Amino acid sequence: MWIIKFLTSSIGRKLIMSLTGLFLCLFLVVHLIGNLQLLIPDGGETFNRYAYMMTHSPLIKIIAYGNYFFILLHAVQGILISLSNKSAKSQKYAVSTNANSSWASKNMMLLGLLVLAFILIHMGDFWFRMKAEGGFLGEGWVAMLTYEGIGEPVANLYDRVVITFSQLWIVIVYLIGLVALAIHLNHGFASAFQSLGLNHKKYTPLIKGLGKAYSILIPLGFAIIPLYVFFTNL
Amino acid sequence: MIKLESNIPAGELAEKWTNYKGSMNLVAPNNKRRIEVIVVGTGLAGASAAATLGELGYNVKVFTFHDSPRRAHSIAAQGGINAAKNYQNDGDSIWRLFYDTIKGGDYRSREANVHRLAEASKDIIDQCVAQGVPFAREYGGLLANRSFGGVQVSRTFYARGQTGQQLLIGAYQALARQANVGKCKIYNRHEMLDLVKVDGKARGIIARNLLTGEIERHAAHCVVLATGGYGNVFYLSTNAMGSNVSASWRAVRKGALMANPCFTQIHPTCIPVSGEYQSKLTLMSESLRNDGRVWVPKKKEDAVAIRERRMKGNDIAEEDRDYYLERRYPAFGNLVPRDVASRAAKVACDEGNGVSPTGLAVFLDFASAIERYGKAEAYSQGNTSPSEAQVTALGEAVVKSKYGNLFQMYEKITGEDPYKNPMKIYPAVHYTMGGLWVDYNLETNVPGLFALGEANFSDHGANRLGASALMQGLADGYFVIPYTIGQFLSGEIRTPKISADTPEFMEAEKAVQDRLAKIKNINGNQSVESFHRRLGKIMWEYCGMSRNAEGLKKGQQMIRELRAEFYKDVFVPGELDEYNPELEKALRVADFLELGETMMVDALNRNESCGGHFREEYTTEDGEAKRMDEEYTYVAAWEWNDQGEIILHKEDLKFDNVELKTRSYK
Amino acid sequence: MKLQLKIWRQKSADSTGRFETYTVEADEHMSFLEMLDVLNETLIHEKKEPVVFEHDCREGICGSCSMVINGRPHGPMQGTTACQLHMRSFKNGDTITIEPFRAKSFPVLKDLSVDRSAFDRIIESGGYISVNTGQAPDGNSLPIEKDLAGKAFEAAACIGCGACVAACPNGSAMLFTSAKVSHLGLLPQGAVEHSARVQNMVNQMDKEGFGMCSNTEACEAECPKEISVENIARLNRSYMASIMGSEK
Repeated sequence: MWIIKFLTSSIGRKLIMSLTGLFLCLFLVVHLIGNLQLLIPDGGETFNRYAYMMTHSPLIKIIAYGNYFFILLHAVQGILISLSNKSAKSQKYAVSTNANSSWASKNMMLLGLLVLAFILIHMGDFWFRMKAEGGFLGEGWVAMLTYEGIGEPVANLYDRVVITFSQLWIVIVYLIGLVALAIHLNHGFASAFQSLGLNHKKYTPLIKGLGKAYSILIPLGFAIIPLYVFFTNL
Repeated sequence: MIKLESNIPAGELAEKWTNYKGSMNLVAPNNKRRIEVIVVGTGLAGASAAATLGELGYNVKVFTFHDSPRRAHSIAAQGGINAAKNYQNDGDSIWRLFYDTIKGGDYRSREANVHRLAEASKDIIDQCVAQGVPFAREYGGLLANRSFGGVQVSRTFYARGQTGQQLLIGAYQALARQANVGKCKIYNRHEMLDLVKVDGKARGIIARNLLTGEIERHAAHCVVLATGGYGNVFYLSTNAMGSNVSASWRAVRKGALMANPCFTQIHPTCIPVSGEYQSKLTLMSESLRNDGRVWVPKKKEDAVAIRERRMKGNDIAEEDRDYYLERRYPAFGNLVPRDVASRAAKVACDEGNGVSPTGLAVFLDFASAIERYGKAEAYSQGNTSPSEAQVTALGEAVVKSKYGNLFQMYEKITGEDPYKNPMKIYPAVHYTMGGLWVDYNLETNVPGLFALGEANFSDHGANRLGASALMQGLADGYFVIPYTIGQFLSGEIRTPKISADTPEFMEAEKAVQDRLAKIKNINGNQSVESFHRRLGKIMWEYCGMSRNAEGLKKGQQMIRELRAEFYKDVFVPGELDEYNPELEKALRVADFLELGETMMVDALNRNESCGGHFREEYTTEDGEAKRMDEEYTYVAAWEWNDQGEIILHKEDLKFDNVELKTRSYK
Repeated sequence: MKLQLKIWRQKSADSTGRFETYTVEADEHMSFLEMLDVLNETLIHEKKEPVVFEHDCREGICGSCSMVINGRPHGPMQGTTACQLHMRSFKNGDTITIEPFRAKSFPVLKDLSVDRSAFDRIIESGGYISVNTGQAPDGNSLPIEKDLAGKAFEAAACIGCGACVAACPNGSAMLFTSAKVSHLGLLPQGAVEHSARVQNMVNQMDKEGFGMCSNTEACEAECPKEISVENIARLNRSYMASIMGSEK
């Protein structure tokens, strides 16, 4: 069938990488805006309310599962493409050089795997524990609060974030993950547009500039949170 | 003596080809499907012929020694392709292109062939545009032209400095299309080592698979050679390293005739030799002479100072420069034909005014073009009093847009910036007008053996005009052979598929294997390359830009001795049954050693100066070439018989439409 | 100048190769290939097998050169083929490593020579305009914008050397294929078949086993004709448009 032929062709497979990648870029923005609410000095109320909203909206749920799916698709497809590309190169050169291309562009799988590992750690830290609350890990991981206007107890995730990020080794792990993410995005953002066939003398420099800015600002934004929490709770 | 029948159709010159096409024998489509044609060579002529024959329905087997048809040396042609389109409204016409070509060739080509070439030229441009050749265009979207040496109209179509590449890619793609539908089968990395004749007709070839060394027999109803020229007999030339005469020469050894082999073109604008290790010479397109001015210092002491690197070209004051082409040939100036420009450079250097350390170079200067363009550009931008720096910057930009890739090429090779200092150039062997003798049908004297493009002798006489080689290659391949091959093949429609297992093929195969073993088993001490280099020096010294009887006799003797030494002392490493470039080279050099002698004999026979053939004994009082029309208005076609004797056959040239005049570009 | 050369020697396609070290005396005015000629002459005099390397025009246009010099296809100079590289780019005492182009679709034949016939098969699959000889209308019947013709030319300047594949860590032939698709597709004459051409050529490219493009842009950096990756983007969108927009 044409659609299968398309999606399994070299260009089709790159298209999948590109579209999922760009979706995840969008997700990062939303995720960052949400998480920056941790920095509001109101004892975590804004953030906890936001977290409650996110965990209790059916629409968000659907998007969230879409998001997990895209992460998996992006990762699995990326690994498969990299492996297939490695086999298309019979042998490495005796002299290796970075003179013709950036290091990031040639190491996207390595960077991607680091990011994936980071995502798993991150989800294990928060998402999984949250899901497991009341389950086989027992209760009490997170304290419950009540907020005006919400008719049931609200989890004090803010508190958990503070506890987690008060540990130096976790902050370091996060920083490593975010650096990998930054380098990954540094190539990935503009690359996604190129794979979509969007290259234009006028606009491409803009996209490339935007990509560089994005790849620095977004991970930096995320990094502020553990650093801020860590240093304010010393 | 073999009677050479040119088979030129009767009638008025301008109607010959049209009438002939309308009355010649055809091969019906159902018969074409049964007929096989071998095409050797995939340059402009070969690729275009193979593609067109495939389109017509013939089964074509195409051979190239390259790894891909696209690498044939047509790819390196820079300047352009002529066509009598008269798009510039400057008075061009088929007649004028015909006349310029006949005159440029110093009246040593066939009127009818040249007229046909001029007629086909228009169709070539149309065909190439339709194939997607990205010719240069004007702002209005129409095709652009420039002018070339030896003519006073602008009729050259071009694609920057890579016209040959673009045209070849067009032909290669047409060939690829036929390969895709199975009408053309491409045998890459196969070299033709012999022609096979059955009952006197060319019926196939023996080829060596260059990867495995396997000797293969290939049969067909006829054989088309489009294997280019033999400029590499001079070792140093602008030809590619692999360009060779072997396919043509093997045909000569099977009875075909080599016509006018001494007619070689020395191109005036090449990058000078820099040392003993030099392997080839690089051409700078003739189009540069549109804007560049050629000069040497007037004073010998200035020339010596430049040679010793104490002075630079720019240090020489305007009044101390000798713009010798403008001085000697005011009408054409820097755009005189190639042979005239080359000889003038040689004269300037022989007088001691050469400007490279070897003394063998002249300047090609763009300073005045940069100034002229810079002023015009400044003016068009509304700046009526630009500073000198502004003029230079603007002028350099214009020159860059016209010749950027050539300037870049020059800088890469020499390490000097041609925008700031004048280029140094010197003539080098570039093209061979001589080649296999063919009749009007492009058929050699061996029935069923055709020769196209540079491999034949027919259209350029004693000198080729710039941008005409591409024209001829494509005219032969696209518009001539597809018709004229029918004259032979229409008589073959009852001939069944030719078998490659007949005694004739077996014998030819055996002969090739014996020849290979013989050369391999010499097991001497000298490399193939060293013989080639020595041959080239002999050729350049005695059969180069100017020749004399004494030198030619000496040269012939030296080549014979060198050939004898070759068969005693050459060393070919590696094995016969493997990928072995040294072996390939050895076979080619062996053939050059025979061709070289034939060239000396031809040059010695022709007691006149015409076009690229300049005999010192035959000059006018002011040193220009002196033709001897009474005695030498003929094609000299040479037979090389089994005893190694070189025998002359003549085809008289008749000029019914143009009057033979002394060429004057003054 | 005296140089050390580490050259990949491989007897045939199915044998295993290895590096061998040679010293050679070179002149700064020599071209890189002339330096190898000097080495080969020496080897022949010693009755050893010379190094096989592909070369022909030696002026940067035939696309025969297929060597990687110090990790870079065609060597360190921008927009230059190996044959145009001159020894003035190196210093006395340098060690130069010379390897063949590496990609699964370009198997090594001998020493520095590789088989690039996959490129021919990609062209045969559709890299042409289907016009028989004699069918063409007048060359000026179809005006083409000057800049567009220039763009098509820049894509058509590809010499089919394969440096793009050699430079690509994925052994991808996207720059080569896209240059041809762009050359023909940009021109109105070629636009007619553009959609079918794109699909056929991409299919053949995939079939030959070339890798996928990951936009490292190493191809553009090493292309001796400086062909732009803009062409790859054009191929990407043309392919998507062809698959989704056409009935084929």
